[in-house]
Amino acid sequence: MLAYLVRRILYALPILIGVNLLTFALFFVVNKPDDMARMHLGVKHVTPAAIERWKQEHGYDKPLFYNPASETGNAFTDTIFFTKSVRLFIFDFGNADDGRNITYDITQRMWPSLAIAIPTLLVGLLVYITFAMTLAFFRATYIDYAGVILAVVLMSISGLFYIIGGQYLVSKLLHLVPISGYATGLTAIKFLILPVLIGVIGSIGSNSRWYRTIFLEEINKDYVRTARAKGLSERVVLFKHVLKNALIPILTGIVVILPMLFMGNLILESFFGVPGLGSYTIDAIRQQDFAIVRAMVFLGSVLYIIGLILTDISYTIVDPRIRLGGS
Amino acid sequence: MAEQTQILKVENLHTWFRGDGRIARAVDGVSFTINKGETFALLGESGCGKSVTSLSIMRLVPEPGGKIVQGRVNLHGQDLLQLPETQMRDVRGSRIAMIFQEPMTSLNPVLKIGEQIEETAVRHKTLKEGQTARQKAIELLNAVGLPDAQRRYSEYPHQLSGGMKQRVMIAIALAGDPELLIADEPTTALDVTIQSQVLQLLRELQGETHMAVMLITHDLGVVAEMADRVAVMYAGQIVEQADRETFFKAPKHPYSIKLFESLPNRTKRNQRLAVIQGSVPSLATEFKGCRFEPRCQFAIEDCKNNVPVWQSFDELGEETGVLCHRFDPRFESQFSEPVQKIFDAVAQSDDPVTTRGFKELLKVNELKVHFPIQKGLFKRTVGHVRAVDGVSIDIPQGKTLALVGESGCGKTTVGKGILQLISPTAGSVNLDNEELTNLAKHQMRQRRKDIQIIFQDPFSSMNPRMMVADIIEEGMVAQRVGGDKQKRQTRIDELLNQVGLSPEVKYRYPHEFSGGQRQRICIARALAVEPKLIICDEPTSALDVSVQAQILNLLKELQDKFGLAYLFITHNLSVVEYLAHNVAVMYLGRIVETGTVEEVLENPLHPYTKALLSAVPQVDIDSERKVIRLRGELPSPANPPVGCHFNPRCAKAWQECRNGYPSARSVSPTHSVRCYLYQEN
Ligand SMILES: Nc1ncnc2c1ncn2[C@@H]1O[C@H](COP(=O)(O)OP(=O)(O)OP(=O)(O)O)[C@@H](O)[C@H]1O
Ligand code: SF4
Ligand code: SF4
Ligand SMILES: [Mg+2]
Repeated sequence: MLAYLVRRILYALPILIGVNLLTFALFFVVNKPDDMARMHLGVKHVTPAAIERWKQEHGYDKPLFYNPASETGNAFTDTIFFTKSVRLFIFDFGNADDGRNITYDITQRMWPSLAIAIPTLLVGLLVYITFAMTLAFFRATYIDYAGVILAVVLMSISGLFYIIGGQYLVSKLLHLVPISGYATGLTAIKFLILPVLIGVIGSIGSNSRWYRTIFLEEINKDYVRTARAKGLSERVVLFKHVLKNALIPILTGIVVILPMLFMGNLILESFFGVPGLGSYTIDAIRQQDFAIVRAMVFLGSVLYIIGLILTDISYTIVDPRIRLGGS
Repeated sequence: MAEQTQILKVENLHTWFRGDGRIARAVDGVSFTINKGETFALLGESGCGKSVTSLSIMRLVPEPGGKIVQGRVNLHGQDLLQLPETQMRDVRGSRIAMIFQEPMTSLNPVLKIGEQIEETAVRHKTLKEGQTARQKAIELLNAVGLPDAQRRYSEYPHQLSGGMKQRVMIAIALAGDPELLIADEPTTALDVTIQSQVLQLLRELQGETHMAVMLITHDLGVVAEMADRVAVMYAGQIVEQADRETFFKAPKHPYSIKLFESLPNRTKRNQRLAVIQGSVPSLATEFKGCRFEPRCQFAIEDCKNNVPVWQSFDELGEETGVLCHRFDPRFESQFSEPVQKIFDAVAQSDDPVTTRGFKELLKVNELKVHFPIQKGLFKRTVGHVRAVDGVSIDIPQGKTLALVGESGCGKTTVGKGILQLISPTAGSVNLDNEELTNLAKHQMRQRRKDIQIIFQDPFSSMNPRMMVADIIEEGMVAQRVGGDKQKRQTRIDELLNQVGLSPEVKYRYPHEFSGGQRQRICIARALAVEPKLIICDEPTSALDVSVQAQILNLLKELQDKFGLAYLFITHNLSVVEYLAHNVAVMYLGRIVETGTVEEVLENPLHPYTKALLSAVPQVDIDSERKVIRLRGELPSPANPPVGCHFNPRCAKAWQECRNGYPSARSVSPTHSVRCYLYQEN
């Protein structure tokens, strides 16, 4: 197991370096250190001297990748890329451009993100599986056709519509919950209900359709015919035999996104004013705060890779064929 | 006869499939009855509607698409087709149980086998007073002869071999105490020795429980061994029905007769096998006459225009009869000659196989192929599978060596090792005095011209996006044979003719052909580079008997014409009898006995060879055959038993057998055996 983990982590390193390089390059193609300084200092009345000073303070006064004029003689390490990005690999995210400690921000902001993401995931799973199983139960009847059409319609509507529509209907017209904001403790619930609901509804279409395909694929397998030949009712066939098998691809498909839940949902959090990591990232992009964006992209890639490793491990746990295969 | 209680009476059953705007009449007017305690066999080639008939009885025809459109299925006088679905569920698994062809996929992979057995017992309340479901499951596992039932209870299907899974399927079926067991090709996916175990088990259980068995099969041997009565299906209809003796003594329908004639065996060694021309008609056609007419050599004008009606032989009961004009009094006069006579004339013998010079072509010496076993997520090598462990064989020019053995014994790996598709761990492969094992890649590529291979599954071995002409030409181009483009095209036409296809087919794609035609294309492809040796890896085991006969004829003909040598890898011993000159019997990576066909098949020495031969179901119902049933199954080649690998299953094993692997003892210049029972002479 340990050897496996070490190997996977070694494989992950080049990917992380690549991702890092890429975000770095993209970001600096769009705006130069000069632009960043100007952005932070305000557009008007900025003297070149002030810009230089800002760059120096924030460590942007060096060349991007290669520094032949380096005083210390390290042409590669004495660059923006090296000083800003390489530290990430020891999870030292440094400070944001406004001077706040990024690591501290992340530990604070991940809780609201999780408060939305976890209920969305759980409620979502329940809803999608139920919906998909209902369609599979009524397969090739009008209920199934109608359900699939509904799923496609739900899928085709933009997520923004659900957010704005939901806020308008539930908060503005019916005054059931506040339109946006956040609180700590139990009071948070009234702020969370709507985003969770909308998060679930927003993915009903795509997920239910996908799960329905998984169910139908299982239903056509030979062991289901055996189960029917035993005289079991369609309900038992579906819940005992099909569901157990279908859960394998469904659950392992979820494991990969589990670590990503920390990252929060960019759009939902911004619209509902939830101070999570999603809105953190969006704000950072808006303010051209390279340090935060870089940190979040890096974190995202690390979490994704962890997700992939967890998926492999979870297969060995859920599936008896793999679990016992080696023994 | 009269006092037999009828359990099931199927009347005029029609089951259709809709799709692609066509209707396939998979079952088109089938009637039969099954009596208490008897075995009723439904025999027929692939696609004739056997499975759909059985699924219709269970009302499990796949929906949407499939539909029972007409007919009655009476179980003790009650029409199952009229029952509400909820009541039908009380019938399924309880009064009628079913087992399926593919034990590998028919069990739920994520449930313990014990749970899967219990489920039926609990559903149909067959638990005895004070018995827990678990006890019942274990009792059933014992009843189907699964050793160590306590432990097996909590295992998952993938931990069992194919034969064991089929036993579990039978246990599930028994759990509801059925009156009728429908077994759809229960042993087709199993090896002969395991098949004979499973058939024996079915027979024993039938004796104990008096249930009736409806046995669906394509194997005449299995029918001869098991059935009380037989029905032959062709293109969705039953064309002949009779009790076993009547049927095997004198099959009456032209199709049944042909089926017998196309079976290979030793008595037909020097003849061509009878073949049924053409192929089964599409079930989407509207038939105006007899369905068999295009392929029937007894057809008369009326056969084309009149649909035959059931002709029962009254003296044998209403059910016994055929669907053929030949037995219809209205047409009788036109068939003056007795059928059998015409038939004998047709199956005239060809010239015997010419014996060519005994020049050695292939010499394989002590070939070993070991695969590392890698374990866990980190792929550590924890041992070796000794798939081939010291195999020596010789094939002279123009001769056929049959390599026989159960699945998993390493036959295919020998073939791959000879072809250098896998580099052998040790040993030598010598073709025409050239050592192949130490050739460089490009040199080997040139030598591939001399050895070609054809596979079991002709479809997956061809690129579906290439036309037949390109498939055949590919090898010629690679080996630079056949001259320029023009000449190659002429050669392709010639090759297609040789394998019995018309040259027009060369612009068509593989999916447009039937299984047998595809295998012909593969043979043409192999012949294209003018090889000296063709390795045939189970070339006919995916084909129906009538098609198999065509391919065997073709292979024999090509051997006579071009002096080809074959390494014929198979588990089908009747094919061996028909085609091979020499036989090598393989068990767990080693050759245990080798000799000429006569020596090995008529005077088998090794206990394994004897068991293997005795396990093959015989079509001849009079033969007094004593089946030697092997205990257990093929052990893992990763961890073979010490001493003679066969000793745990060998009835003759004694002390010495565990001391070491017996060396080869020659009993004649050509016949040798590796067993301590024999002395060198
Ligand atoms: N689900 C289905 N949809 C459409 N056609 C089908 C379906 N199942 C079977 N058929 C058709 O019905 C016919 C009879 O099929 P069936 O499976 O009964 O053959 P079989 O005699 O059992 O053959 P085999 O020996 O290969 O098992 C075939 O032409 C087949 O293509
Ligand atoms: S009815 Fe005619 S074509 Fe059909 S099997 Fe009989 S003789 Fe042959
Ligand atoms: S050597 Fe012994 S165990 Fe092996 S086959 Fe001969 S008698 Fe049986
Ligand atoms: Mg079938």
